[in-house]
Amino acid sequence: MIAVEDVHVTFNPGTAIETRALQGLDLHIPAGQFVTVIGSNGAGKSTLLGVLSGETIPPKGKIAIDETDVTTWSTPKRAGLVARVFQDPMAGTCEALTIEENMALAAARGHTRGLSRAVAHNLRDMFAERLSSLGLGLDKRLKDRMGLLSGGQRQAITLVMATLNPMKILLLDEHTAALDPKTAAFVMELTDTIVRKGCLTTLMVTHSMRQALDYGDRTVMLHGGKVVLDVSGSDRQGLTVEDLMHMFTKVRGEVIDDDKLILS
Amino acid sequence: MSSIAFFGAIESGLMFGLVALGVYISFRVLEFPDLTVDGSLPLGAAVASTLIVHGWNPYLATLIAMFAGAAAGFVTAWLNVRLKILNLLASILTMIALYSVNLRVMGRPNQALLNTDTIFTSLDGLQLPYYFSSLLVYALVAIGVMLLLNWFLGSQVGLAMRATGANARMARAQGINTDRMILLGMAISNSLVALAGALFAQSQGGADVSMGLGVIVVGLAAVILGEAIMPTRIIWMATIACLLGSILYRLVVAVALNASFIGLQAQDLKLITAVLVAVAMTLPTMRSKFALRKMGGKA
Repeated sequence: MIAVEDVHVTFNPGTAIETRALQGLDLHIPAGQFVTVIGSNGAGKSTLLGVLSGETIPPKGKIAIDETDVTTWSTPKRAGLVARVFQDPMAGTCEALTIEENMALAAARGHTRGLSRAVAHNLRDMFAERLSSLGLGLDKRLKDRMGLLSGGQRQAITLVMATLNPMKILLLDEHTAALDPKTAAFVMELTDTIVRKGCLTTLMVTHSMRQALDYGDRTVMLHGGKVVLDVSGSDRQGLTVEDLMHMFTKVRGEVIDDDKLILS
Repeated sequence: MSSIAFFGAIESGLMFGLVALGVYISFRVLEFPDLTVDGSLPLGAAVASTLIVHGWNPYLATLIAMFAGAAAGFVTAWLNVRLKILNLLASILTMIALYSVNLRVMGRPNQALLNTDTIFTSLDGLQLPYYFSSLLVYALVAIGVMLLLNWFLGSQVGLAMRATGANARMARAQGINTDRMILLGMAISNSLVALAGALFAQSQGGADVSMGLGVIVVGLAAVILGEAIMPTRIIWMATIACLLGSILYRLVVAVALNASFIGLQAQDLKLITAVLVAVAMTLPTMRSKFALRKMGGKA
């Protein structure tokens, strides 16, 4: 259970470039739910991910994970509860390190790190087994540097890395946006499989209305730092992009003018 | 070149190899440009020689000198991660502060170590030639430190430290407290530099407050030279490259100074080092620029 209650975030307060990123955002996600989040630029999607991951500490409001108030916890402190896949394939991995070293870093997420070997033999076998399920032949390349891999391969590995340890929520930050359409489709299918198989509580931010409706159990639309639409269950069945735009216009009294949101 | 000059070059190569390993941790592993070393090398020398003169066991004195160096590195890191002072500036502040600290430690600008027991005199029983016995000590220490470092950087904490330098945002998302890693890494880095200073004082017969001038440039030259002569993607190769690069650098300097026809003198050393580092650092960009132009010509 993830609870985001009345969260406010303002960047550069009191200056000419003051930005009210979140303005009293409320969102409750029951365990095991797969939520897709959509919104135009500046709607507050990234900031929502920031307050959930601990990169942004909100001055007002509360974030709770399973009844534990984590509002002021730093990113490393809540890493045992939160797993994350970034938009930029470069951001989620260390390109100077090998595949197995990157996976060893993720294998220690939520554990205390000691002076024992980072890439132990039993871990290496487990890494190979997990990677072979991707069918990309990466299990034979454990000692290759991450920098040698394509963006799609890196995102696939990052997904596997995120699931090496238990988590309370998986955050996906437009993780297919930087990939070509074919690779994006592959990574999205992989995501769906992993989330379904592990019954993972997931929050996926996307720029594509299509993707937001095709995957997950519930779609939330942000606008002006607030939740403006929240559809799930039977209301969401058979919902089209047009329907969603229509609903948005009705709620806000304005038309969506972000081409990227509609077309992609 | 005489054999004494040759052994001397290897010896100081190994001594600066310790500095190079320290510089490797700060500049390469943590990506933290650290100039503290110009102060932590004389700090190690000052602490060790002052303690030895006051009758302390030389091994214990050397160990305490390493802790002093670690404290210096910790201060630089703390200025950076807690007070948010730019890393380079934080290290310059510590370096300058250490100049006063070193004068205070010694109580004067230099501290001679004559006719006292040192780590090097403990080998006197072996009846080795003097230039060889100190070489042996340096080699044992440098190789020992290198092996320890290989083991550490392959451990879970060591890997976390490497991730901190390679991609801090990712490291934090994996639960690594990057601030703590920088504090620890900088302490280790400067403890190695202080160890070099402590040994240097004992083999050269004393500490001097100005002995740290330009040490960072020599250490960096060794790291860069090592990277130029061998691949350094794997940790144990990178640490060997630090030692080899440092020895090679001292040999080149020895040859240059011994070849009287070039007309170089000992006082030109720092100028040559600076020029060497500048050239080595611009080589990669020049090379890729050249390659680009060649490709552009063909297209």
